[in-house]
Amino acid sequence: MREKQIDKLKDYKYGFTTDIENIRAPKGLNKEVIEFISKAKKEPKWMLDWRMKAFERLKNLKEPNWQKPKYPKIDYQDIYYYSAPKSASEKPKSIDELDPKLLETYKKLGIPLQEQQRLNGIAVDAVFDSVSVATTFKDKLNEVGVIFCSISEAIQKHPELVKKYLGSVIPLTDHYFATLNSAVFTDGSFVYIPPGVKCPMELSTYFRINASQTGQFERTLIIADKESYVSYLEGCTAPMRDENQLHAANVELVALDNAEIKYSTVQNWYPGDENGKGGIYNFVTKRGLCKGTNSKISWTQVETGSAITWKYPSCILQGDNSIGEFYSIAITNNHQKADTGTKMIHLGKNTKSKIISKGISAGFSDMTYRGLVDISSKAKNSRNYTQCDSLLMGNKCGAHTVPYIKNKNPESNIAHEATTSKISEEQLYYCQQRGLNPEEAVGLIVNGFCKEVLQQLPMEFAVEAQKLVGISLEGSVG
Amino acid sequence: MKEQLKIDFEKLLETSNFSKNNIEIKRKNFDNFIEKGFPNRREENWKFSDLNQIISKNIKNLSFYNDLSKPNKIDQSIYIDSLEHNKLVFVNGRIEKIQFDYEEKNKIEILDDLVLEKSNNTNNSLLFLNNAFVSKYFKLIVKKNYSLQKPVVIYNITNKDLVSKSINLKVDIFLEENSSLKLIEFSNDKSTTNFININYNFDVQKNSILKNYKIDNNSNSNIKYCFNNISQDTNSVSEIFLLSSGSEFIKNEINCNLNGKYSSAFVNGVFNLNETKHHEIKTNINHIVENTKSYQLIKGILEDTSKAVYQGKIFVDSKAQKTDGYQLSKAILLNDNTEFNAKPELEIYADDVKCSHGSASGSLNEDSIFYLMSRGLNYKEAKKLLINGFLLDVVEKITDSEIKNLIKNIMSLKQ
Repeated sequence: MREKQIDKLKDYKYGFTTDIENIRAPKGLNKEVIEFISKAKKEPKWMLDWRMKAFERLKNLKEPNWQKPKYPKIDYQDIYYYSAPKSASEKPKSIDELDPKLLETYKKLGIPLQEQQRLNGIAVDAVFDSVSVATTFKDKLNEVGVIFCSISEAIQKHPELVKKYLGSVIPLTDHYFATLNSAVFTDGSFVYIPPGVKCPMELSTYFRINASQTGQFERTLIIADKESYVSYLEGCTAPMRDENQLHAANVELVALDNAEIKYSTVQNWYPGDENGKGGIYNFVTKRGLCKGTNSKISWTQVETGSAITWKYPSCILQGDNSIGEFYSIAITNNHQKADTGTKMIHLGKNTKSKIISKGISAGFSDMTYRGLVDISSKAKNSRNYTQCDSLLMGNKCGAHTVPYIKNKNPESNIAHEATTSKISEEQLYYCQQRGLNPEEAVGLIVNGFCKEVLQQLPMEFAVEAQKLVGISLEGSVG
Repeated sequence: MKEQLKIDFEKLLETSNFSKNNIEIKRKNFDNFIEKGFPNRREENWKFSDLNQIISKNIKNLSFYNDLSKPNKIDQSIYIDSLEHNKLVFVNGRIEKIQFDYEEKNKIEILDDLVLEKSNNTNNSLLFLNNAFVSKYFKLIVKKNYSLQKPVVIYNITNKDLVSKSINLKVDIFLEENSSLKLIEFSNDKSTTNFININYNFDVQKNSILKNYKIDNNSNSNIKYCFNNISQDTNSVSEIFLLSSGSEFIKNEINCNLNGKYSSAFVNGVFNLNETKHHEIKTNINHIVENTKSYQLIKGILEDTSKAVYQGKIFVDSKAQKTDGYQLSKAILLNDNTEFNAKPELEIYADDVKCSHGSASGSLNEDSIFYLMSRGLNYKEAKKLLINGFLLDVVEKITDSEIKNLIKNIMSLKQ
């Protein structure tokens, strides 16, 4: 009976967008849809059980509402939870078999998958709506034993790793959006770096929401085994639409003894038009676990997009001597809203964390830095340094800082600083006198303001991020 | 507890002769409190100090009715004798003495039976409790162009007779134009396990100066909450100093509205805690108009298993250009089980402002101790010297030298 129903649901699939045909699960959040997703991904039973457990849990959870940017209630039954380009339903064996329109789209995004194959550069996993469409450089990575594939593939091919680590950092009972993701996640990237391996190239994922009324729920799991190193980049875009779309991803990082993970994000989801119509709700849960001694996790983020950004990439510093870092630039313009920051939870001895956050708000936007530094009584000799600076442009926008600082250990030190200011007339005057127009001058000053964070990005990304900073602030002067 | 509240509330209404209007307002506040109850950690404001839990842990059979018909004896020995001052003495929540010997009589007015205001747009359940149970509502008015010759000391004394009671006090201080007042609140508690809830309202008019020093230094097992609402007009100055040290639990909350141009507010505080004490300072400085200034400095020394919390917020309205806001909190943790939590918050809607905050916590600097020991001090002396210096930094901010010396003596700080 159920089989039949699902078959029926499958017929309900031709939501048409840009140029690519889609397969979609029916609208709404229910058992059948979760079964549909699981079936479409050819998942084993344990995975489906796991999703169901999350779904059961979700029924008892309430959406959190303590955040600063309020948003109209989301109707979770009015969202498509699964959308896949039709051509990808039979997974192509190589990139040359991909739907040319899809390749075209990625080209437009500046990620020519085919060229990337030939050029020396970055291994890319591209996620289109709900599924991973292509992963480049597989062979080269295989040589050193690095596993870089979509999470659906990993569930089938490396179930022991997925079983062990999935949900170990973000338990499926964590909070509303994390649990929602656990129930309905569709795809994402999986990375495993074997012991002693330094990943030979940057790994990268590009996310794109293409279909309308679709939520994107991807799941990323990165495991760096003992003494390994990986640098991972994430970029996101979405087309312009009048409606608000939900993006609720979970990202889990696990670093074992002496391992290091560097995770960089350039987030450029569609921010809505200048009147605040449309745009993505970016409610992402990102958390890293420094499980082993001497492990290190570093988050770098450039947040320029989304109507509402609400996320706190966090580090749990469990292993002794582990290090957590967080570098962030968040820019809001027009009616964008952001409530972002980090959590540094010190559990092990001699743990260190550093937080550098730069917020820039312009137009009618609102920006909040919210962070937690928690040093537990066992985290002897731990240290934290936090600096959050905000820059305001105009008096219609807001910049807020809400740090929570908890220290339970007398041998540990916490230092926190925050400032809020605007670009001074003198600085602008000086730049203009040298022949820059006001907008260029602001761009230059803002880039200087952000330099500390931009320096942390891998080179290719840094250039892109720098340009983005300029674009995001266009029209905010004068 | 609800039953007890209802019985006690009816008893209060029976034994006092409130006006009909007043009773109505009291009832409303009472109902609001019944609905909300004591705040717990689910409220953002009480995240670090769960009052509901603290009260149920420390106080058995809390009763809310307090018989104020009989006068209490004042223990004169606790008067501050190094300083000439005017007195307002409360014993166990009852006013026992009003003495303004040093001032011109027609320049000061004291009203002692005000009717509560109908509308208070608050959500604070402890203010509801206060309004419902306060028996006398005082108001001190300082007339235009008058500066008090001597400071006013409000003694909040409780003696051994008081056990497991809830005491509610409400005092308004009104400074008319061009006036000034130095106010010391001095608490001395010999009572055990009471809940003391005090609500101050300060209205500081044009060009007026308010200096307010709150001293809670003698060790006691009471749970206290003190809410201070300050509204400031053009060119006014307020200076607040908190010595938070004696009670088992105290939360001082300061809500300061800078409503007039060129007004400024200074809040300085010291935590000096030991044993199981748990203290909190919460400030809310609202910059509503342009060219206002605020400065906050909070420092803490924590020993044994004590815990200190500082929640400070600077709010800048979009009209409040040229705001200057500063906030710094520091704590030294001396023992393994101490805890310092801070939430220094900025909420800013104007662009031409200078706002910053800082917070740091950690242990005593071993290098400094080593340096002092190499100069011949023993470990204990070196530690004491460093702690003194750390706290003195805040005490030195007090602008009135007489009171500064008094507070130094009380804290036994030497220069």
